[in-house]
Amino acid sequence: MQLLSKAPTGPIETRWDRHRFEMKLVNPANRRKHTVIVVGSGLAGGAGAATLGEQGYNVLCFCYQDSPRRAHSIAAQGGINAAKNYPNDGDSVYRLFYDTVKGGDFRSRESNVYRLAQVSVNIIDQCVAQGVPFAREYGGLLANRSFGGAQVSRTFYARGQTGQQLLLGAYQALERQVAAGIVKMFARHEMLELIMVDGVARGIVTRDMVSGKLEAFTADAVVLATGGYGNVFFLSTNAKGCNVTATWRAHRKGAAFANPCFTQIHPTCIPVSGDYQSKLTLMSESLRNDGRVWVPKNAADCGKDPASIPEEDRDYYLERLYPSFGNLVPRDIASRRAKDMCDQGRGVGPEVAGVRRGVYLDFRDAVKRLGHATVAERYGNLFEMYERITGEDPYKVPMRIYPATHYTMGGLWVDYNLMSTIPGLFVAGEANFSDHGANRLGASALMQGLADGYFVLPYTVANYLGSTKLEKVSESHPEVRGAVESVQTRIDKLLSIQGKRSPDSFHRELGHIIWDDCGMARNAAGLTRALEKIPALREEFWQNLRVTGSGSELNQSLEKAGRIADFMELGELMCRDALERDESAGCHYREEHVTPEGEAARDDEKYCHVQAWEWTGDPSAPRLHKEQLQFEFVKPSQRSYK
Amino acid sequence: MANMNLVLNVWRQKSANAPGQFVRYEAKGISDHMSFLEMLDVVNEQLIERGEDPIAFDHDCREGICGACSLMINGQAHGPRQQTTTCQLHMRSFKDGDELTIEPWRAAAFPVLRDLIVDRSSFDRIIQAGGYISVRTGAPRDANEILVPKTDADESMDAAACIGCGACVAACPNASASLFTAAKLGHLGLLPQGQPERMARTRNMVSQMDREGFGHCTNHGECEHACPKGISVAFIARMNRDYLKAMATQPVERDNDDG
Repeated sequence: MQLLSKAPTGPIETRWDRHRFEMKLVNPANRRKHTVIVVGSGLAGGAGAATLGEQGYNVLCFCYQDSPRRAHSIAAQGGINAAKNYPNDGDSVYRLFYDTVKGGDFRSRESNVYRLAQVSVNIIDQCVAQGVPFAREYGGLLANRSFGGAQVSRTFYARGQTGQQLLLGAYQALERQVAAGIVKMFARHEMLELIMVDGVARGIVTRDMVSGKLEAFTADAVVLATGGYGNVFFLSTNAKGCNVTATWRAHRKGAAFANPCFTQIHPTCIPVSGDYQSKLTLMSESLRNDGRVWVPKNAADCGKDPASIPEEDRDYYLERLYPSFGNLVPRDIASRRAKDMCDQGRGVGPEVAGVRRGVYLDFRDAVKRLGHATVAERYGNLFEMYERITGEDPYKVPMRIYPATHYTMGGLWVDYNLMSTIPGLFVAGEANFSDHGANRLGASALMQGLADGYFVLPYTVANYLGSTKLEKVSESHPEVRGAVESVQTRIDKLLSIQGKRSPDSFHRELGHIIWDDCGMARNAAGLTRALEKIPALREEFWQNLRVTGSGSELNQSLEKAGRIADFMELGELMCRDALERDESAGCHYREEHVTPEGEAARDDEKYCHVQAWEWTGDPSAPRLHKEQLQFEFVKPSQRSYK
Repeated sequence: MANMNLVLNVWRQKSANAPGQFVRYEAKGISDHMSFLEMLDVVNEQLIERGEDPIAFDHDCREGICGACSLMINGQAHGPRQQTTTCQLHMRSFKDGDELTIEPWRAAAFPVLRDLIVDRSSFDRIIQAGGYISVRTGAPRDANEILVPKTDADESMDAAACIGCGACVAACPNASASLFTAAKLGHLGLLPQGQPERMARTRNMVSQMDREGFGHCTNHGECEHACPKGISVAFIARMNRDYLKAMATQPVERDNDDG
C-alpha cells in the first residue's frame, strides 16, 4: 500500500485552482451514463449527492434514518466558520488556514486545509441562496460571532441550530433532485459491505431495515459520507445510530484507516446521572463566555449545597491555571482539567460507580453583572434544555458539566481528491481524516462537511470518472454475489449465537474500556491493558451474544449487533494507534509526554506524520503506513494559553 | 433520586400488515433522572433477557433535534411536557404507580411499520413537491448582497425550526399535515430568495399534502400545542392566504404544474 497524497505543490493560494484546471471533465451528455453511490445524507453526503445530481450523474443515495433530513449533522449547534471578513476584524482565507493548522496541532495536511479555508466563503453564499435563515443584523446583513476562543468573528449561525438549518438546506437541494428523478433515495437502508471488482470500488450491499432484504447496488464510484465513530465510547454526543460499519467494511476491503486515536472530547456536556444513561447531551460551548467553572477546594465539600460553599473555598481552576484565557481555553484543555479535578476527588453531582464526575459552571456572577434578562436572552434556551434534562434551574443552582466524546478527527485516509486507498472509493466529511489534524476547532465541522460535499467531490469524482475506463458490472458478477453472501453469513452468525448478553451490554463494556484507557488522557500501561481486554471482550461477544428475532424483519437488536461487532475491531485499532503515537498532540494526550506546564508535548522529530493502518485479516495485527507531513507555510510551534 | 414502578400498555405490531394489540409490561425501579426512551431501553433489556422481541421505536439524536422519536403517551404526542420531544422527556414528569399507554403516531398517511415505528416518507414527498429554492451549487451572489430584515429572518427561523417529527399530524383530529407544510412555506416564503417560486411552491406542496391522504385543517390548534418546537398556527393562516392567492393567480398555461 502506498500513501500518495497527490497534494499539489507551489504557491498554496493557487494550488486548488491549478488542480481544478488539470482535472478531467465529463461531457454533460455522458454524465447520466455514470452511476455514483453516496452513502450518508448529512452535510457531506446530502450536499454531494444533490450537487452530483445537479450535474447530471445518476446518483443513488442511502441513509439508515427514516429520512435524509435526520442525519446527525442536524445536531450541530454553534455555527459555521467562513473567511468572509464581513466584520473587518482582520480575518482572511490565510488566517483561517493558519488557525486551523495550528488548532489541529500540526497534524493535518496544509494543502487540504488551505482549500477548506478557500471554499468556506462559497459555502456561505450557497447556503444563503438556498434560504438558510442565518442570524442577521438590523440592517439586513449577516451577523457574525466569535466562537470557541477565536480572535476574529468569523462564525455564521442560525440561533443554536446551525447544523439543522445547513442540513435542511442540503436536504432540500437533495429532495429537489429526487423529485427530478435524478437522485434515487434509499432511506432505512444500511450499508453492510463494499463491493470490489478488480481492486476497484464498484458498489455496496445494503440491508433494507424494514424488510430485512439484502440487496447489491453497483456503480462507477462510491462515496462514503457516513460520519464519525464516536459511538465506540457507547456514551457520546452522537446520535444513537451513528456507527463505523460503512467505513470499517471499506477498511477491511483495503481502505487505510488514519489516526483513529484522534477523538475530540467536548468539555461542556451534561454529566452522566446513572448506569442506564444512553447518551450525553452537549451544552453549547458559548456558555463558557459568561459561566465560571469551579469545584470545591476541599473534597469534603463536594456533597454540599453549592450555595453554602463560601467564595474562599471554591477553586476556579481554569482562571487560576490559565489567567489570560481563563474559562475560554481550548476544548482539549478544558476537558482534561475537569477530569483532573474529578480524579482528585473534587468532582460534584451524583456518584456514578463511586466517583462524582462533574464540575460547576456557575452563572451567579454573570446574573449579578449582566442582570437576569441579559443572561436569559443569551442562554435562555440552553438553560431550559438543561432544566428539562436535570430538573435543576441554572439561574439558581450552578450547572454541572463534564466532558464527553463529541467528534472524531480520525477516519479513512484520503488523498487530496478525497479518494481512499481503494480506487473509486471517496470519503467525505467526518468519515475522512483529512482536515482537522489532532484537534478540530469549534464551528469547523460544518464547514468541512459542506466543503467536501458541495465544492470538492463534484470535481474530484468527475475527474475519476473522466479518467478511468470501467467495464459494466452486472448483479450476477461473482464478486457481487460473493459480497451479498458474506453479509448473509455474518447476519446468520449473529443470530445463531443465542447467548446470554444483549448487544447493548457489550457496547457499554467496550465503551468503558475505551473511555478509561483511550479517552482524555492515555498512557502506555492503560493502552496495553485495553489491548488485552478488547480482544477478550470481542471473543465473548461472538460466543455469548443474544439477538432476538430474525433477519427478515425490522430488527433493531440485529442492527445494533452488527455495528457493535465492527466497533469491537475499531476500538482495538484506536488503542493500538494511541500506543504507537508516543507523543502528545492536540486531543491525544499521552501522560508520558507533557510540557513542564502540563500541556501536550509534541514530538515533531518522530511523529510529524499521519498513521494510516492497513487491514491484514487479523484485527490485532494491522500494518502501519506513514504519510509524512510537511509544514511549508505554518511553522510548528507550541500552543500556549497561559 | 427517587425510583418508581410503572405499568406500560404498549402497542405491539409485528409488521405493517400484521394485526396489532396492546401488551402490558411492568417497568420497575425506574429512576426519575431517566429519559422516557432510557426507561424503554431498560424494559427492552429485560425483554431480551427473557428471549422476547424488544419494543421497536424510532429514535436517534436523543437531544430533541433530529425528529426521529415520536410516541403518543397517554394520548399526548411526545407526552405531557410542552415543547419537549419524547427523547427529552424525563421520568420526573411521572409518578410512582402511573399507568401509561404508549402508541405510535396514528394517521392514514403514517402507516405503522412495526410496534411504535411509522413510515413518515409522506413528509419527504411534500418537500419534494416544492419545499426548496431552485438554486444550483456553484455561482450564487455574495451572501451579503441579499439583505434580509432581521424581523423577517427571525420569523423565517421560527418556522424553519420544524424537526419533521409528525407530532402535529398525530395530535390533529383530522391528521392534517398543515402545520408541517405551512412551516416550510413560511420559512422560504418570508425570505427574498424564496419569492420567485412562492406561489407555485404553495400550490404544489398543498396539493401533495392532500394527495398523501392527510386531512384538512379545521383550526383545532392541537398541532401547535403538541409541536415540540412551538411552531405557531399563524403559519397555517399564512399558508392559506398564499394558497388562495396562488390559486386565484395561477397562470393558465401552468394548469398542470401541481405534480
